[in-house]
Amino acid sequence: MIDVKALLETIKAAPYEEIVVTAPHTGVVTFAGVESGTRVVGASGVYDEKPGTLLARLNRENNEKSLFSEVKGVVGKVHRELEGKFVEAGQPLMVIRHFLSKDEVIAAILQKVLYLFCAPERAKYYFIPSVDKKVKASGPRSVTVKPGMELFIVSRMKRERPLVYEGPEGIIYAVYFQHDQNVDQGAPLVGVCPGSQTDLIQDVVNRVRTDWEEAE
Amino acid sequence: MEIEKRVVELTDRLNYIKDIFGGRENANIALMQARLSEFAAREADAAPGEKAQMVRQIEDLYEFLEKKLDEELVPMDMVRIVRHPGRVSLKDILENVYDNYTEIGGQDEYSIDPSMLIARAYITRRRGDKVINQPVMVIGQEKGHGQEFRNGGSVKPWGNAKALQYMKVAETERIPIHTYVFTPGAFPVEDFPGAAQQIARNLYEMAGLRVPIVSVISEGGSGGAEAIGLSDMRLMFSRGYYSVISPEGAAAIEAGIRQGQRVVPELIAECARRLNITAADNLRMGYIDKVLEEPPLGARPHHYDFFKNLRQEVIRATDQVVLGSAGFKLFRALVASRRKDGDAESMFVRWTLDDAAADRLVWRRYCKYRRMGETAYRDGRPSGARFVSRAQSLLWSGYSFIRYDFLGKYTKNLAKTAGDLEAELRLVVDRLTAPLRRGRDKNAPVTCDPEKSRMLTELSQPEQGACLEDFGWRYVSPKAAEDRAVSCPEAKTYGCPDLWAPDLYGDFAGVCVNCGHHFPMEYQWVMGNVFDPESVVEFDGDIEAGNPLNYPGFEEKLEAAKKKTGRKSGCVTFEAKIEGVKIACAVLYSAFRGGSVGAAEGEKFIRALAMARRRHFPFLAYVHGTAGIRIQESLNGLIQMPRVTMAVRRYIEAGGLYLVLYDTNSYAGPVASFLGCSPYQFAVRSANIGFAGPGVIKETTGIDIPPDYHRAHNALARGHIQGIWDRREIRKNLKQVLLTIGGRNLYYR
Repeated sequence: MIDVKALLETIKAAPYEEIVVTAPHTGVVTFAGVESGTRVVGASGVYDEKPGTLLARLNRENNEKSLFSEVKGVVGKVHRELEGKFVEAGQPLMVIRHFLSKDEVIAAILQKVLYLFCAPERAKYYFIPSVDKKVKASGPRSVTVKPGMELFIVSRMKRERPLVYEGPEGIIYAVYFQHDQNVDQGAPLVGVCPGSQTDLIQDVVNRVRTDWEEAE
Repeated sequence: MEIEKRVVELTDRLNYIKDIFGGRENANIALMQARLSEFAAREADAAPGEKAQMVRQIEDLYEFLEKKLDEELVPMDMVRIVRHPGRVSLKDILENVYDNYTEIGGQDEYSIDPSMLIARAYITRRRGDKVINQPVMVIGQEKGHGQEFRNGGSVKPWGNAKALQYMKVAETERIPIHTYVFTPGAFPVEDFPGAAQQIARNLYEMAGLRVPIVSVISEGGSGGAEAIGLSDMRLMFSRGYYSVISPEGAAAIEAGIRQGQRVVPELIAECARRLNITAADNLRMGYIDKVLEEPPLGARPHHYDFFKNLRQEVIRATDQVVLGSAGFKLFRALVASRRKDGDAESMFVRWTLDDAAADRLVWRRYCKYRRMGETAYRDGRPSGARFVSRAQSLLWSGYSFIRYDFLGKYTKNLAKTAGDLEAELRLVVDRLTAPLRRGRDKNAPVTCDPEKSRMLTELSQPEQGACLEDFGWRYVSPKAAEDRAVSCPEAKTYGCPDLWAPDLYGDFAGVCVNCGHHFPMEYQWVMGNVFDPESVVEFDGDIEAGNPLNYPGFEEKLEAAKKKTGRKSGCVTFEAKIEGVKIACAVLYSAFRGGSVGAAEGEKFIRALAMARRRHFPFLAYVHGTAGIRIQESLNGLIQMPRVTMAVRRYIEAGGLYLVLYDTNSYAGPVASFLGCSPYQFAVRSANIGFAGPGVIKETTGIDIPPDYHRAHNALARGHIQGIWDRREIRKNLKQVLLTIGGRNLYYR
């Protein structure tokens, strides 16, 4: 069993992710005025159509390509010594310290403690009627799932077939699909966790929601 | 109580004046304000009689000063007048100009598009003792007096589709159409039927409507206005505006600012002046037929005399249009054109036309638009050359008439009879020889030339050159001469490797070998590689883009474009061959002022269509790129929308095959008219097609559109275009289209 509290403490001790920006291919690097401590932003806009902060330019065969920041954060170390030099693909150029947001922390915790049961194919998914009734009446956490249990109905092009749950025994902590929308292959359907940990997880998630201070 | 009411009215009048003068300092407005404030200060102590006298004096003063202020109006003030919520709207006109009406398909916000109002109305006239109700179809944008759901008169594509539907109904019912233009522009969404494509459809259909159309313009905002503005008689309110772009839009382009930034009001006002958007300007340029005088500072719903006058004018205009085409008129046509104000109803004119008169009406409409803007371009040819060109056209027309219309008709009938006879004969022979054929062995081996059989059955050999790929492009882009690598914009999605420019722009024709993304190429690539070698013969190259409005700084920009491209306009017209099939072609290319269309480009397009019609050639409009109508030419550019569309219709109705092929980026006016009206529109892969660009859509509608919103594949999915072609296969596809769509003569019905 995973110690959720210890996990949270670990995240709290280092509430950021260090992202190493590497050269995507060979070329001559020119840094774009970013120094250690510069704040950068990731792509924005409804469709991520506005690129993030320009970090560097990489020139290969007279083809200049711009490297943009993909996350929001603060620039840590910049490998200035590479300015104007030819670099190989994968060579680190700088480090961006990205501070985790509330949602990212919750996602990190849930990813560790939940078992995600994923869609085997693109289709619409429904709970079988008995489970559906329970979910609607008392919420998903009232449902205990066991391996081999018939849990879903897969509906594709008006043809329906049952889907059996495979995974550890536990209760459904989160439901990630909607009954009238298609779910892509590999997208999670439900998150399952051991029954004893439900309250603990909920407690930690609530604490993150209320207490977590998002650093700039 | 009555005095209080009058004071409130005076305050409203003052506020209205302040609104339309846009906060400009003015001594007269200050005086009006001062007199009203003075009255407010003295009101409490004054006797009722004294109060009434003071109010009367202020009213007189207001009336006098309003007339004075009216003379000081600048074009931007007129823009503010038409946008004011107090401005007359279509509903006011329906109430006050027509004797009765029924709104069709709408009750306030319960309408497919509340900004488009359609009504069946009638005007009552007398013929002797008889009372006659003359029905009309009234179509126009309704701004409402501040009604949010009307969207300010900005009509969505489905609103324009509804307008077209009822124009066709009017045609079926043979009743005239009165259109009232109250729009700042069309709502730029691409959802079916699509802003651009629907306007194009409207223009195409209106060009051939067999009933009189009279339009009245109050706010004529670009393509939105054209959607219902094509007419036989165009009237305009004296305080209205009619423009290719809003002054704000023109100023934003002029200042080169980005989305979200503000332009200084002075530049907006200056652009409003430069664009020549007022009624007087449009009358001078010949784009409207008459200006309808409004009361000082613009018509508002309480100006009943204005409505009375408007009623007379629309009756007179409809009479004139009908009598202009009607067969039996004697003195009435003469009287109709000379009638003084106010006596329009003294003479009766029936508003239905017989078939011959309807033909004349459509022809007169075409001629009217054909004559518009003829002085807005430069024709550098000497008069001798012009004479020769005209003579050639006449000769071709004569030849065309004799060959296709006169002889062609008889030849066709003869061929038809011969064909029928042959079929009959074959049948008889077939039946008679049937017993002989029965004895034959059906499974007997077919004899074949042994050499041909070997060639078809053996594998190709490398020494025969089977493995050598010959791209065979005759024109190679200058971009292929650069020694550099190029990244595909789709590399992130498809993992495309960088391509070496000589490979990409040379052998691969600007197409990514991994994902098929098409990089933009020059228009010369298509001219050089699609048509048969040495078959391209250009014409009308001397028609030159001009600066008809003397737009400041534009002359230099035009000169720079001419120097850069070595051509005189943004349109190249030529005849060429594709695998031996002759074809007429017009190219709009982006290197010349973004491929914008002005008077010269429109004229060249029309002449090319006329040439194709005379010589019975199929017509290809290759749109390498167009940014829309050239705003610096204002109405001279905008009028090309209906003008060229009418020429397209004339060509198609004569039996021509009109194809459109979009490449790179094609937007706005041309797509919303003479390109979008084609039943056969194709796009080169990775092209963008639409009505307004992402920036304008965001600003107008507040919607963030996805980056691939205008992509050809989405245009195809929405039903705007009919197919997407690979650049390397344009030649093959064109030939295929000529074979399959062009009919038995390959190109012409």
